Amino acid sequence: MSSTERPSRRGIFIKLGILLNGVAGAMLAVPILRYVLSPLIRNRKPGYRAWVSLGSVAQFPAGQTRFATYRNPVVTPSDGDTANIACWVRNIDGQRFQIFAINCAHLGCPVRWFAQSNLFMCPCHGGAYYEDGSRASGPPERGLFEYRYKIDGGALFIETDDMPTPGAPGALASLTLRKPPCA
Amino acid sequence: MRLIGKVGRWFDDRLQLGKPMMATMAHPVPRRTASWFYVFGSAALTVFGLQVVTGILLAILYVPSAGEAWNALQVLNHQISAGWFIRALHGWGSNFMLAIVLIHMVQVFLFGAYKFPRELTWIVGVLLLLMTLGMAFTGQVLRFDQDAYWGLGIGASIASRVPLLGPALVNLLLGGPIIAGATLSRFFALHVFVIPGLLIAFVGLHLLLVLKLGINEWPMPGRIVRRATYVAEYHELTQRDGIPFVPAAVWKDVIFSGFVLLSIVACAALLGPFGPGGQPDPTIIQTAPHPDPFFLWLYALLSYLPPAAETPVLLIGPAVGLAVLLALPLFAGEGEKSWKRRPIAVLTILLVAVTLGSLTHLATHAPWSPVMDAWSGEPIPEQYLKGRTALERHGALVFQLKQCHNCHSLDGKGGQRGPALDRVAVALTKDQLIRQVIQGGGNMPAYGKNLSPAETTALVAFLETLHPAGQAPARDASRAAILP
Repeated sequence: MSSTERPSRRGIFIKLGILLNGVAGAMLAVPILRYVLSPLIRNRKPGYRAWVSLGSVAQFPAGQTRFATYRNPVVTPSDGDTANIACWVRNIDGQRFQIFAINCAHLGCPVRWFAQSNLFMCPCHGGAYYEDGSRASGPPERGLFEYRYKIDGGALFIETDDMPTPGAPGALASLTLRKPPCA
Repeated sequence: MRLIGKVGRWFDDRLQLGKPMMATMAHPVPRRTASWFYVFGSAALTVFGLQVVTGILLAILYVPSAGEAWNALQVLNHQISAGWFIRALHGWGSNFMLAIVLIHMVQVFLFGAYKFPRELTWIVGVLLLLMTLGMAFTGQVLRFDQDAYWGLGIGASIASRVPLLGPALVNLLLGGPIIAGATLSRFFALHVFVIPGLLIAFVGLHLLLVLKLGINEWPMPGRIVRRATYVAEYHELTQRDGIPFVPAAVWKDVIFSGFVLLSIVACAALLGPFGPGGQPDPTIIQTAPHPDPFFLWLYALLSYLPPAAETPVLLIGPAVGLAVLLALPLFAGEGEKSWKRRPIAVLTILLVAVTLGSLTHLATHAPWSPVMDAWSGEPIPEQYLKGRTALERHGALVFQLKQCHNCHSLDGKGGQRGPALDRVAVALTKDQLIRQVIQGGGNMPAYGKNLSPAETTALVAFLETLHPAGQAPARDASRAAILP
């Protein structure tokens, strides 16, 4: 074995070693990335959005806006109370409903309904909304987020989705009064 | 004593760390840097050590589960002996650490320490500031109460505004569709593993740079930093007028660190731990979420920015601020170090301090938030009801029942969202009052649909009585001229 051969042979082994580690790294990177990005991947699975009952329609008298809660269908054992989500149900005229997310369209704080002045007010930065969810004053740039709903067997169902945020309202995007109830 | 010396030598024969450590400790520093202005970096390191120790102690009992965390904090506060004190030390340690880091930053900025050759030390320091803020925010989340829950909602709402990536960022931040178990566990991983790991690595780098490049000399007006000559000049200064860091300079660091630790212990013992506040149950909406002290300025900013400016300011502002901080030593790496010859630097610090201070002060009483229970909890002052007609008193009732008091104060009580109404009759005529009530505007909701004509009449009659004695209410002069 001559001295001139040695470095080149070792060099090849080093390169081979780096290649082996690179292959292992690439093989590890795929599951690690999938794991880290799992909240995004899970998002696309069917059944992610679900219809959830808010209870009997009779609980929501015509012309009134009432507080309601539901259990988020995508739960893990460690969720505890955080999987209980609140919303506001407005029975417009006994036929049509509007169901608003609890989250202010500004930065997500919980809005409160004041039946006397027919306003939703936000305790954080002072956003206010009219009874139909449209913006009345304050920093929000839009009206309250609305759930899609249906009435089935005398019960009021809403379609749940991600917690709505201004840039990502998800299924809770629209704010229209003319939407026909999909019974 | 001889035995200890023997054991010590046995270890050092193998480790061979004694000599380099002695040399490092005794390295010469410029005489004037043995100053009380130079103690904040070491104090921040000391508090960081306290945070690591108390953090590990808390992790022994904390449960990073959305269903259990709040109860675990209650157990720590009330059932474990000294549990409340460890929580208090960690909470107060966090506040002290941020404060000291900021003071340290202001000091090195004003002393020109970021200039050549210490640019990288400053850049690493800026990253350390970001990590410290990251620890403060993630720590607030681990104190899993209502403020933490809705604070996460605010964080998600801000993240959602990033163009294109917004929805994906929200899902990654929350670990799922809503704030829930997966959210808390990932913030736990960030607060306990990821950010502390980075902090330890970068603190090590920061210290290494300080040792390699030498502590910044006391800036003298007129002593200009030039890349070509600085290193030789600094070397000459430490040789000619240097003193050994240990013990000549270090005693001030030690004393100040001890003072800071005692202050944290005193605050923790006397003022106790922070929260937790109400249970993190999103169906309990009788809450007014509030951020921790170091994020109050942001709370104020988010309330005062015009809606259209909010998203650009939120997304571009921090990026620009960070870029300026990181690039500062690269475009101002030479020149004058003394703050006495750098008026713009001093003004910048003053401007930033006054801005953040004012916003923080405003946020402590949040005049932009409606007082949600003023309509039922704050009666109308007696002097505004005495000797009034039935109609005017009915108007006062409308004022309360329609929640006007939530946004408008009378005699200093009630909301400050809208203007105080004690003198409103002087400012607006009857017609203007009617218009304002019915149509709203100027950030006031329109009450046209929510008030019957009789209620509006009564309310305006009441508002017309709100003027100082001896000062007549406003009237429309043209009305008298036109109408007979």
